[in-house]
Amino acid sequence: MGSFVEWLPNVKRIARGIRLRVLRHTLQHGGGYLSQGCSSAELLALLYGDLLNLGPSCGPLVPPKFSAVPGASTAATHGWVYNGPRDPELARFFFSPVHYSLALYAALIEVRRLGEDALDGFDEDGSTVEMIGAEHSPGIEVTAGSLGQCLSQALGVAMARRRRGESGTNWVFMSDGEFQEGQTWEAFAAAHYHGVDNLRVIVDVNGQQCDGDMASVMSIEPLAARLDAFGSSVREVDGHDLVALRRAAMSGVAGRVRVILARTDACRGVELLRSRAPNLHYLRFKSDDEKAAYAALLRQMEAES
Amino acid sequence: MIKIVRRPHANRFVEWAKERPEVLVLSADLTSSCEVNDFRDAYPDRFISMGMAEQNMMGVAAGLAREGFSPWVHTFAVFVTRRPFDQVAMSIAYPNLPVRLVGFLPGLTTPGGVTHQAIDDVGLMRLLPNMTILECGDATDVESVLDVADSVPGPVYIRMLRGEVPRLFPASEPMRLGQARRLSEGTDLCILSAGICTEAALNVVRALGSQLSVEHLHVSTLKPFDDPQLLGSLKRGKMGVITMENHSVIGGLGSATAELMAEAGVAGPLVRVGLRDVYAHGASREYLMREYGLDEAGLIAAIERLSGLDLGALSVDIRDWVAASDLAKPEAL
Repeated sequence: MGSFVEWLPNVKRIARGIRLRVLRHTLQHGGGYLSQGCSSAELLALLYGDLLNLGPSCGPLVPPKFSAVPGASTAATHGWVYNGPRDPELARFFFSPVHYSLALYAALIEVRRLGEDALDGFDEDGSTVEMIGAEHSPGIEVTAGSLGQCLSQALGVAMARRRRGESGTNWVFMSDGEFQEGQTWEAFAAAHYHGVDNLRVIVDVNGQQCDGDMASVMSIEPLAARLDAFGSSVREVDGHDLVALRRAAMSGVAGRVRVILARTDACRGVELLRSRAPNLHYLRFKSDDEKAAYAALLRQMEAES
Repeated sequence: MIKIVRRPHANRFVEWAKERPEVLVLSADLTSSCEVNDFRDAYPDRFISMGMAEQNMMGVAAGLAREGFSPWVHTFAVFVTRRPFDQVAMSIAYPNLPVRLVGFLPGLTTPGGVTHQAIDDVGLMRLLPNMTILECGDATDVESVLDVADSVPGPVYIRMLRGEVPRLFPASEPMRLGQARRLSEGTDLCILSAGICTEAALNVVRALGSQLSVEHLHVSTLKPFDDPQLLGSLKRGKMGVITMENHSVIGGLGSATAELMAEAGVAGPLVRVGLRDVYAHGASREYLMREYGLDEAGLIAAIERLSGLDLGALSVDIRDWVAASDLAKPEAL
C-alpha cells in the first residue's frame, strides 16, 4: 500500500480499464453482465490495486484450457493461483457473485495477472474463462455460483488460518442480492459468535437483481443496521468514491468481521444503460441501432482514456 | 446371545481422535444426541459449535478441509442430506473435499417422526459425484468406520448408529472399504442387507436352517458399489435376490443392486425390502419396522414370494426370540 499520491491514480486507471473492457467485451459478445462491471469497477480496482496484500500471480497469462473437475484426477486447474502464493502473511480473496466474472477477469488483466487477450476464451467451449466462473476460472478460489455459499467457505478458511496463527486477512467480495439468502446470515452469526476477526467483506450494494430493483423483489434494508445487529463492524460509503472506500477499508472495530457496504450505481460510467432500468441484470441488445449507440459510447470512452 | 455395546461411537471417537490433531468436530446443536459430548469435553478447542445452521456449517467444513483440517460434521442424517443438499453438493462434493458427514438416526431408527426419519439420505448422497457412502450395521462397524472414512481422499457420508448397538461381527474384523461381509454361503437365494437390517436378516437366515441355502452379504459401502464379490453372489442365488434396507426402496441398496444386475445382465427376480415409496410417522422403532415390513416378518414374506415356500411357522418362532432380544435395547432419544 502506497501513499495517497501513489495509489489513487493507479486505482482510478484500473477502474476505468475494467469499465472499458467490460463494455468492449459486451459489444463483441453481443451481450453481457455490463451493469455489474459498472457498479463494481472501483471496488475490484481498489482490491487488486491496493487493499489485497497478494504475492505475484502464479498463473499463466493465457488461462489454461478446462482440464478436469476436482476429483480423483489431479489434472484440475485452480483459479486461485492468479491471486499469488498461499503464504501465511498474505491475503486470500474470495469472489462470491461469480456472474460478475467478466469484471473480475477485466480487473486481472488491468493488474497484469492476466494477459491482454485473456478474454478471448470467455464463454468459449473448453475454456476456463467461463461466463459464470468456478474454482478453475482465473482469480476464483471457491465454487460459489449458488449465491450465498462463498461466505461460509471463506469463514471456514479464515477459522483454519486463525487456528494456524496466520496473519493474512481473508477478503470476500459479495453482491447485495446474496443478503436475501438465509445462509449469509447464518455465516455472519457464526463469524461473530466465534470472534472471527480476520475476515473482511466488501459488498457491491447496487440495489439490482435478476428481476429488477431489489426493493421490488425483496428488500434487504436496513442492511447496515441488520449487519450491525449481527455483530459486524459496518462502514457504509459511496462505492465510487475511492478515497472514502479506502478509508472505510482501513477502519473497523477490532475483533469483529469488517463489512464495507459500498453503495453503488449499476449504470455508473455507461449512462446509456439507465434507459434499461430496472432491467439491468444482463444486457442483450434489442436492435442494431441500440448496439451502435453503445459502440459509439465505447469509442468516446476509449478516446477519453 | 448377541452382545450389546453401549455408545460405541462416543468411546471410540475420543480415543481415535487423540493422536489426530487435525480432526475437528462441527456440531449443529445435537452434540449429545450424536455422541460427541465426550469429544467436546476431551478436546474443547477442536469442537466447533455451529448452532442450528446446517447450510453454513457445510460451507465452514469445506473451508476447514481446504486448509488441511479434517472436519467431522455430526448431526442427524436428515440434516446432513436434505436441508443443506446444495451446500453439500457445491461446497463439499464438487471440490472433492475430505469432509466427513456423520449422519445419525438413519431411516426408522428415530422415534422423532417424519422430520427426523432419513429414508432418502442414501439416494440423495448417491446422486452426488465424488461422494463415498458408508453404513454401519453393528458396533464393530461403528468402531472401524472411522479408519475407513479417513482413508478416502474425498467426501464421505456415514450412516451412523448410536446408543445400544449390537455386536454382530467380531471386533477383530473391521469394516473394509468396498468390501461386503459374506455372512453365509448358499445357492438358493442371495440376500444383500445393510445397516440395522442385517441383524434381522441374520435372525431369519439362522431360523431357516437347512430349508434354504442362502448367500447373505452385509453391505457397508453403498457407494462406490463396485465390490467384485457382489456380482458373484448375485449370480449364485438360483431363486433370485432380496435386498433389505432401512431406507426407501428407491435410491438406496435396492436401486444400486438393480442397476448392477441390469448392467451386468444378471437375470432373475429382485425383491427390494424397504420403505415402499411412503413416508413413515413417529413411533417406536420396533413398531415402525413391523408396520413397514422392515423386520424379520417382512423378509420372510419376501423369501416366501421368491421361493414359493410357506414359512408361517418360522415367523412365529422368530417373533418369540426377537421380542426377547429387543428388551435388551431400550429406545433412546
